[in-house]
Amino acid sequence: MADYLEKLDHHTDAADPTYGDTEIQNYTINFGPQHPAAHGVLRLVMELEGEIVERCDPHVGLLHRGTEKLIEYKTYLQALPYFDRLDYCSPLGMEHSYVLAIEKLLNLEVPLRAQYLRVFFAELTRICNHMLNLGSHVMDVGAMTPNLWLFEIREDCLNFFERASGARMHSAYFRPGGVHQDVPLKLLTDIADWLDGRLPRLFEDAISLVADNRIFKQRNVDIAIVSKEDALKWGFSGPMLRGSGIAWDIRKAQPYDVYDRVDFDVPVGTQYDCYDRFMVRVEEVRQSVRIMKQCLNDMPEGPIASFDRKVVPPKRGEMKRSMEALIHHFKLYTEGFHVPAGEVYVATESPKGEFGVYLVADGSNKPYRCKIRPTAFSHLQAMDFMMKGHMLADVTAVLGSMDIVFGECDR
Amino acid sequence: MGHSAPKIATIEGITQEIEAILGSMLVETVDHADELSFTVLRDALPQAMTLLRDRAQYQQLMEIAGVDYPDRPERFEVAYHLLSVTRNHRIRVKVSTDEDLPVPTVTHIWPVAGWLEREVFDMYGVVFEGNTDLRRILTDYGFKGHPQRKDFPLTGYVELRYSEEDKRVVYEPVKLAQDFRSFDFMSPWEGAEYILPGDEKAKGEAPGAPTPAAPAAFTPKTTEKKADTGAGEAANKASQVKSADAPAKPASATDEGKGAAKPEDKA
Repeated sequence: MADYLEKLDHHTDAADPTYGDTEIQNYTINFGPQHPAAHGVLRLVMELEGEIVERCDPHVGLLHRGTEKLIEYKTYLQALPYFDRLDYCSPLGMEHSYVLAIEKLLNLEVPLRAQYLRVFFAELTRICNHMLNLGSHVMDVGAMTPNLWLFEIREDCLNFFERASGARMHSAYFRPGGVHQDVPLKLLTDIADWLDGRLPRLFEDAISLVADNRIFKQRNVDIAIVSKEDALKWGFSGPMLRGSGIAWDIRKAQPYDVYDRVDFDVPVGTQYDCYDRFMVRVEEVRQSVRIMKQCLNDMPEGPIASFDRKVVPPKRGEMKRSMEALIHHFKLYTEGFHVPAGEVYVATESPKGEFGVYLVADGSNKPYRCKIRPTAFSHLQAMDFMMKGHMLADVTAVLGSMDIVFGECDR
Repeated sequence: MGHSAPKIATIEGITQEIEAILGSMLVETVDHADELSFTVLRDALPQAMTLLRDRAQYQQLMEIAGVDYPDRPERFEVAYHLLSVTRNHRIRVKVSTDEDLPVPTVTHIWPVAGWLEREVFDMYGVVFEGNTDLRRILTDYGFKGHPQRKDFPLTGYVELRYSEEDKRVVYEPVKLAQDFRSFDFMSPWEGAEYILPGDEKAKGEAPGAPTPAAPAAFTPKTTEKKADTGAGEAANKASQVKSADAPAKPASATDEGKGAAKPEDKA
């Protein structure tokens, strides 16, 4: 015993104050590109000190498909389906900006029913998108059940899209001048029943599991706080900006279609953290339901697309009887319509934030330049400053609260 | 009523206000489709942006878009889209540049510009002076070229596949099973820029029906030599065969042709 103590004596702080200190190096880890919590193909190169993230460098572009270049070689109508494939979780939100940009260049008036239908389905898209985001956010921080329940709602949404347009995800439903086709009355009544019954029941059940849950709050409250100034500097938009306490919603501030005829509230955060951003989206779903109900009440009967035959093709039945309609149909589906020269930047409130289309037309039937302003690009860039000093496990919570889809980020 | 795109209320006198703020930095103001574009001097961009943010309350930089106009002396245009959340207004600020002239960065004004500038650099090759992290962002690691330039082909130059022999992904030149087709739908009477095949003579005339040229003085067409006529030597003997109902000629003239059919009445 005595010799053991003597041996120990030379290996304690008393003998050598640096004993037990080892030089620890920061190490760099690679998150993704194939990671279930990366929401697609995101590669994060992170420099860690212990479990604390020191630096975070997102590598994007792994899903770059050259959409903007492809659009320059397509007519205006042929380019429309590319927008479905940008943010494949909220396809109609993407189409909305594009058709509005074309209509602004053409100065084309859209019938009221078409505007209501667009707002109606844009809000259904918002619900659909938030179901995916809220569900995957809670799953990223450890809860499984709410995601399964929320996917039930998402499945309902996709079925409604299929009944309206024929496609579950890539609808190509909004067209320059209106929408592609009218919806059957039964679909509207079914959605009305769903808004009254199944949606609030499933949604409120699922959210009640997480909103006040201790574990969920521990993972999200006070994580990645973004001040108002930072949110403005980093180009935040949508729920990210509102989560930072700025009451900015393009639907309210710069209303398009019939958003100025419907009544809804804009939720804002108070603590500016991940939990706030989550709850802003939860409240947005309730507001979307409110907007959709008003649309169902106020939607008039009437045409669903402009009668400008130089832009909107005639219906099949008309083509059987009218030679002129046949010619218009042929010209529109081969040559397409010509858009007068000019440039516009049209931004709408997509479910993820400000989705903008900067369209430069040169008077031909193809866009000269179509720059797409993705929401995820500026949000993901802020990852570095949001993650600084947080734990590695918070990466998934922050990513979940950003709501990133790579189809749109990489284009 | 017009279009239903986002309605942005026009602020009274906003154009004059911004023109006054920009002063000598301003090159051009364009007011088109209810959107204001201000072209500024390239070197004065950071100063102009700082003034717009601090004095005109454009707090947010939403987007930087590059556009390529190969015909212009400075082929690239970089368009900055600013948003004011307090005044609820949007403007666009533009600068022009080319492959070599650097654009001053605005990352110190808005950190969001970092990636947006990287994207313009990646897609167009515009260099941003002062951006400390000007790496490629959207294209592949090790990509060459700037794909959004108008002279970059839509199909690109390389394609990649997994090679079973090399057990890795290999890059190869693009091989198209069918030629790339791009149809030009511009009608000749709607301002097509090029000359249609066979339409070369119409050059310089007003679009529409070509005005008939004044008739030139009549000069009979003459040929000096046989070679000038364009008709060569007779290729074969059979070409000299006369048909049966050819007009009769004096016998002395036809005697030379050995195989020539003799008129019936001569026999």
